[in-house]
Amino acid sequence: MILVVFALVLWALGWWLNARLAAGPQADTRAVQLLVPVIFGLTIVAVWELLVRGLNVPLVILPAPSVIAARFADSLTTLWADFVQTILKGALSGYVIGCSAAFLTAIAVDRSEFLRMGLLPVGNFVAALPIVGTAPILVMWFGFDWQSKSAVVVVMVFFPMLVNTVAGLRETTAMQRDLMETYAATYWQSFFKLRLPAAMPFIFNGLKISTTLALIGAIVAEFFGSPIVGVGFRISTSVGQLALDMVWAEIVVAALAGTLFYGAVAAIERAVTFWHPSQRK
Amino acid sequence: MKSVLAVLTVVAALVALWYAACVPMNIKGVLTEAERAGAEVEPASPRERREASAFGLVAKNGFAIPATWAQERPRLPAPHQVVIELWDTTVAQNITSKRSLVYHGWVTLSATLMGFVIGTGLGILLAVGIVHSRVMDMSVMPWAIVSQTIPIIALAPMIIVVLYSIGIQGIIPKAVISAYLSFFPVVVGMVKGLRSPDAMQLDLLRTYNASQSQGFWKLRLPASMPYLFASLKIGIAASLVGAIVGELPTGAVAGLGARLLAGSYYGQTVQIWSALFAAAILAASLVALLGLMERKVLKRMGMA
Repeated sequence: MILVVFALVLWALGWWLNARLAAGPQADTRAVQLLVPVIFGLTIVAVWELLVRGLNVPLVILPAPSVIAARFADSLTTLWADFVQTILKGALSGYVIGCSAAFLTAIAVDRSEFLRMGLLPVGNFVAALPIVGTAPILVMWFGFDWQSKSAVVVVMVFFPMLVNTVAGLRETTAMQRDLMETYAATYWQSFFKLRLPAAMPFIFNGLKISTTLALIGAIVAEFFGSPIVGVGFRISTSVGQLALDMVWAEIVVAALAGTLFYGAVAAIERAVTFWHPSQRK
Repeated sequence: MKSVLAVLTVVAALVALWYAACVPMNIKGVLTEAERAGAEVEPASPRERREASAFGLVAKNGFAIPATWAQERPRLPAPHQVVIELWDTTVAQNITSKRSLVYHGWVTLSATLMGFVIGTGLGILLAVGIVHSRVMDMSVMPWAIVSQTIPIIALAPMIIVVLYSIGIQGIIPKAVISAYLSFFPVVVGMVKGLRSPDAMQLDLLRTYNASQSQGFWKLRLPASMPYLFASLKIGIAASLVGAIVGELPTGAVAGLGARLLAGSYYGQTVQIWSALFAAAILAASLVALLGLMERKVLKRMGMA
């Protein structure tokens, strides 16, 4: 009981500290803007730990963060093998293949007004569908190993990427295109020097959306059949064994992988589209 | 008019491609069946056929091509097989029957809608809090944005089992998954929308001596509508995926996800494809319905 009271006090304390920081004179500095969410996150984890211990919540409902951390540290080799299987082999290969295929298709489509008018509504339509449902079919075709996960990811990222790239390649104005024309630029010259750079913010938007989709596809596809390694496999079997600390450790892996993947793409975006208003300081 | 023609052309091309793909995908199975039925196939031994390329087999056994579109358990069913299966399991069945996709679709749809309503409701509330409280904005908003980059759907199997172990099952666990999947897109979109009025408009309300709640109801909320509908469309699609995935880990007996799983266990490819199309039709109609509401609402408000 004392732990529960302590949790409530800690929560109030964290909130009070954040309120002070947010209302204080330094609220707009970068350090405080980083500090406040960190304090919030740490408070949540601490309150979680105290409540689980104080109320004696059983492991099969919610493990305490310290238990999850211990499990994480104990099974680093397993987690690393799962990470390699699902994220590096399944998600990343599918992401690269799917995004490149969509990019090349977008360039082909872009040359024909008719194709673009036809493909854009279809692409938008397909991008809203629950494509992850193709997983059982693709697992049946490509087997249980990472190739089928990669195939699911290819299908999932293709259309969002295609729609974004096609929209980006239309971004230039008639005036800009006319200027290239007056320079007697060839199609490929004006493509590489004008339209591709102008499309970059859209392309990166598609790439960023696709990072999350790739991880979702690779993990959910493993629920339909996988070798005995992989994030999705470990989650579904550990849930069956009620080893929830292992499930949470895998979720931490997935969360870290997702954030790093997204962060890496966002960092490349900052370097490539430094000229765009949203990137200027 | 021209765009309709263009869309139809693309769709026709995709269907044609699908029919063409059926031939090499199914040829091996068809030849095995044909051989058992006593037909002459080339090459005759099954082992040689297993090692031969699919296109080579098609070239040598032209007579088998029509059969690739009519197999009972094809690797890739032809479009008309899927359409017939869809028709048989929707219109031709009593909608309360376990064989009816309408029944399974309703099981999934009810969880989706329940979760969607809860998720968007909470999302809007949190967004209102974030816009009005600086400390909430600074503490919660970064986490809401980070949550968009992680595959939170991985939580789904655990939620089902944990809720089951404390005695909750049926529609609620699926609705919980749907709710948290639609929650974060709505929070992020609504915060953007509630912040969309510019300084000039906010200043005008201040000169009218409008209170905070008047400013909210008369300016911020109406201004956020386009953003709200954009995030609702993302949210409903995510909710449906959540409900379908929520049916996978427990071996649920009803719902579109259960149909997908049962089809994949028993190799009923036509059933998988028809469940997939039912899910696609459901998602498309939900998004279209929201799109229609969006157009009507924005038109009434003079924004579209």
